[in-house]
Amino acid sequence: MKLIFEKSKQGRRAAVVPKPDLPVPDVPEELRRRQLPRLPELAEPEIVRHFTALADRTFGVDTGFYPLGSCTMKHNPRVNERVVALPGFRDLHPLQEEDGSQGALELMWRLQEILAEVCGLHAVSLQPAAGSQGELTGLMLMRAYFADRGEAEQRTTVITADTAHGTNPASVTMAGYQLRKVETDDRGNLDLDDLRAKVDENTAGLMLTNPSTLGLFDEHIQEVAAIFHDAGALLYYDGANLNAVCGISRPGDMGFDIVHINLHKTFSQPHGGGGPGGGPIAVRDMLEPFLPVPAVVRDGERFRLDYDRPKSIGKVRGYCGPFGVFVRSYAFIRAYGPALRRMSEVAVLNANYMLARLKDTFELPFDRLCMHEFVLSARALKREHGITALDVAKRLMDYRFHPPTIYFPLIVPEALMIEPTETEAKETLDAFCEAMLEIAHDAATNPKLLKDAPHHRPVRRLDEVKAAKRAVVRYRFDDHPDLAGEPSQGEALEAHKGA
Amino acid sequence: MSRSAASSPYLSLTDADQEAMLEAIGVSSIEDLFREIPEGVRFRGELELEPALPEAELVAHLEELAARNVHTGQELSFLGAGIYDHYVPAIVDAILARGEFLTAYTPYQPEMSQGVLQAIFEYQTVICELTGMDVSNASGYDGTTVAADACFVAKHATGRSKVVLCETLNPQVRQVVKTYAPGFGLEVVEVPHHDGTTDPDELRQAADEAACIIFQQPNFFGCLEPAPELAAAANDAEALPVAHVDPVSLGLLEAPGHYGCALAIGEGQGAGNYQSCGGPHYGFIAMRSDYVRRMPGRIVGETTDLAGERGYVLTLQTREQHIRREKATSNITTNQTLLALAGLVHLSWLGPQGLQEVGETCMALADHAKQQLGLPLLFPDKATFKEFSIRVGRPAEEAIRAARERGVHPGYALKRDYAGMEDALLVCVTEKKTPRDIERLAEVLTEVTG
Repeated sequence: MKLIFEKSKQGRRAAVVPKPDLPVPDVPEELRRRQLPRLPELAEPEIVRHFTALADRTFGVDTGFYPLGSCTMKHNPRVNERVVALPGFRDLHPLQEEDGSQGALELMWRLQEILAEVCGLHAVSLQPAAGSQGELTGLMLMRAYFADRGEAEQRTTVITADTAHGTNPASVTMAGYQLRKVETDDRGNLDLDDLRAKVDENTAGLMLTNPSTLGLFDEHIQEVAAIFHDAGALLYYDGANLNAVCGISRPGDMGFDIVHINLHKTFSQPHGGGGPGGGPIAVRDMLEPFLPVPAVVRDGERFRLDYDRPKSIGKVRGYCGPFGVFVRSYAFIRAYGPALRRMSEVAVLNANYMLARLKDTFELPFDRLCMHEFVLSARALKREHGITALDVAKRLMDYRFHPPTIYFPLIVPEALMIEPTETEAKETLDAFCEAMLEIAHDAATNPKLLKDAPHHRPVRRLDEVKAAKRAVVRYRFDDHPDLAGEPSQGEALEAHKGA
Repeated sequence: MSRSAASSPYLSLTDADQEAMLEAIGVSSIEDLFREIPEGVRFRGELELEPALPEAELVAHLEELAARNVHTGQELSFLGAGIYDHYVPAIVDAILARGEFLTAYTPYQPEMSQGVLQAIFEYQTVICELTGMDVSNASGYDGTTVAADACFVAKHATGRSKVVLCETLNPQVRQVVKTYAPGFGLEVVEVPHHDGTTDPDELRQAADEAACIIFQQPNFFGCLEPAPELAAAANDAEALPVAHVDPVSLGLLEAPGHYGCALAIGEGQGAGNYQSCGGPHYGFIAMRSDYVRRMPGRIVGETTDLAGERGYVLTLQTREQHIRREKATSNITTNQTLLALAGLVHLSWLGPQGLQEVGETCMALADHAKQQLGLPLLFPDKATFKEFSIRVGRPAEEAIRAARERGVHPGYALKRDYAGMEDALLVCVTEKKTPRDIERLAEVLTEVTG
């Protein structure tokens, strides 16, 4: 379909801007814009149609099942959208005086308390903007903590699992640490021997997702925690998979000292086509002095923002955090109350049910009960029929399902990482499993059907190699190249696609 | 553990479903699903959370909390300082409420997500047009973190580790850069202002051996910086000039790319997002194509499908954490796509003329306010855009308190960030204000300063 710029016509417009009867001062000549930006020029009806057409070409949780592993694509309750739009939240300025923002401050304080309880830890900062920034903030806390103890020079490495999300190693680098990777054992747990060999006096900490990205709870988590704590190091919990364990097992009780929580996963902030998110962190008491500012504190019946934290690492984002995300997540949790445990129970039940239905047809690298997600391998399909995880993913689209995460975690060849979440009906889980079984059957009998998939989407399979090679990353108006005029390579890059 | 399946909201299983599923799995109970969790780390008992609220009570509870805030519809507010009360058109709300946009995630599977991919491609184009740059990403967290991102880009592009921040750059932005600096291995130097703006010669000195300099246009005091001269000063020292700009100003003020900047960054909130107590909003970062391989975050590119039809995909992904891992340009995954989409819709609604007119209206009203208030300007010789700084002749907090008792929030107390500015107030006037509103501000400020 046409780009909005291609629908644009000079002189057409939507907005009528108020124009008070006042002189407009001159912008100093050397600072004045010489040529206006080429923004789209459309009337409102065509703008609405354009974006409605784009919405029609986008698949969300509202459209259908979205089992994108590690991303927790659950239903987003609409009451949360209603309350976040209350003018008292929506039109509140972040620098409003504290006596004019008591309701907002109380909501943030209450959310801090709830997250501390769910994590089994002592203090929470709501500041980080997303899970990745929560990771980085957590590593900054490690730095500050060890600097305060005079161990900054000594503790230079952070350990991650070979199943870790890519964000973990990237965050380690951004925080100025060296990375060491630990292998996974044949049960899908961290390899304790490898771990013992790699933890020493230079270790600052561990970053771990538990349950792991394989969807497996680490059966030796207490031993793992002891290894790090005995070495004077800290444990960081990547909360990407917290949806599996709310009210069932708390990261603080597992031995973790720092946790980030993805509000857009576990606590249903809508994912918005890529964001926004929220990445609060919870910490054990000895790390509280280092948390980012501002903290929301309660003095009797009053709430205030506390910036007076001499040991704080500082600010990690503007103002007082992604407040609208807090409103939605707070509302989500209050709708559950203590039955939040039920949310995780059903998430785990749904995943195990699908696993039971699929594990005889697809290879299961670690034959255990899973938590809220599981990882299958299409390796046998590839070996026997030349059908890859990518082909399976593309064919699922023809059944109007969003594909699972594929090619992740990296240690599983042809990985298909499936996370149903708690909000799906059994009929939906069954329909997806039947589609997967049919695809496995078609891989043997009609592989071309899979190779050419998808057949029923607005576009066919896209040439990612050409996109990277040509790097056309903005519309160039009269100079815009015609990529369609050239032969397509027909190659699809089997990159790792997923959270 | 035998709670009824229907006892919690947002769940779809019946008791019969649950039984059938447990049987298919081959376990006897829900509890049995968790048998691989070591006994010692299982949570026994119940989370200490307040009781569940049915939807109607939930709404009432949140309405009660919201009612204890004073929002900008309730008092006549001239607060700005980085977050602005610009008008958000109704079509932004309508389009953002589309469930397809709201409930999709990062478009890893492009055939499922052509709509959001095309929207991001259009957003990138709009940001490039506003800033005069070659390439934009799909959004950063906010106007502060994109500054830290810019420093990281500059460090790798130049091999230098000093970054220079103008003191007239939003204090929130400077604080975030300082928080990121130790991990990035950056040394942060600040350049003071002189009468509200930055001196190009002083900046040239500071930029020696620096990776980048970051200035803000219009700056935090509302003053217009000699931006082309600042960019030239940085370029003289072979430090990358980075402009932190207000998108709403860019119908009137020259685009950073047109006066020699290497990167342009900013807070997008004023274009299409409500104030929302500070977030979520979107930060934008755009740059010359020379640095595209160092760009943090998602980028959408054009391509074709098997049939030769045009389509869009996430591209240049070898920069990113899910492929490059510890060698990635950034750890960012979740960004601010929905808020950036709001920006695209808002800027499409305005169009080039509308953007220019919003700027003119802000400027005309702000200039009118300067004259009507009858209070001394903090920096009388400097041109301004939609904000300006005045002296109220008594501690600014006292004046704010007294004015708020009269239903007017007159602005931001600069002493919160700048020593020695006890009586300075930063006043913001957007296009939503009227000459009558300014008259009221003048009356109230006369009362509380007289």
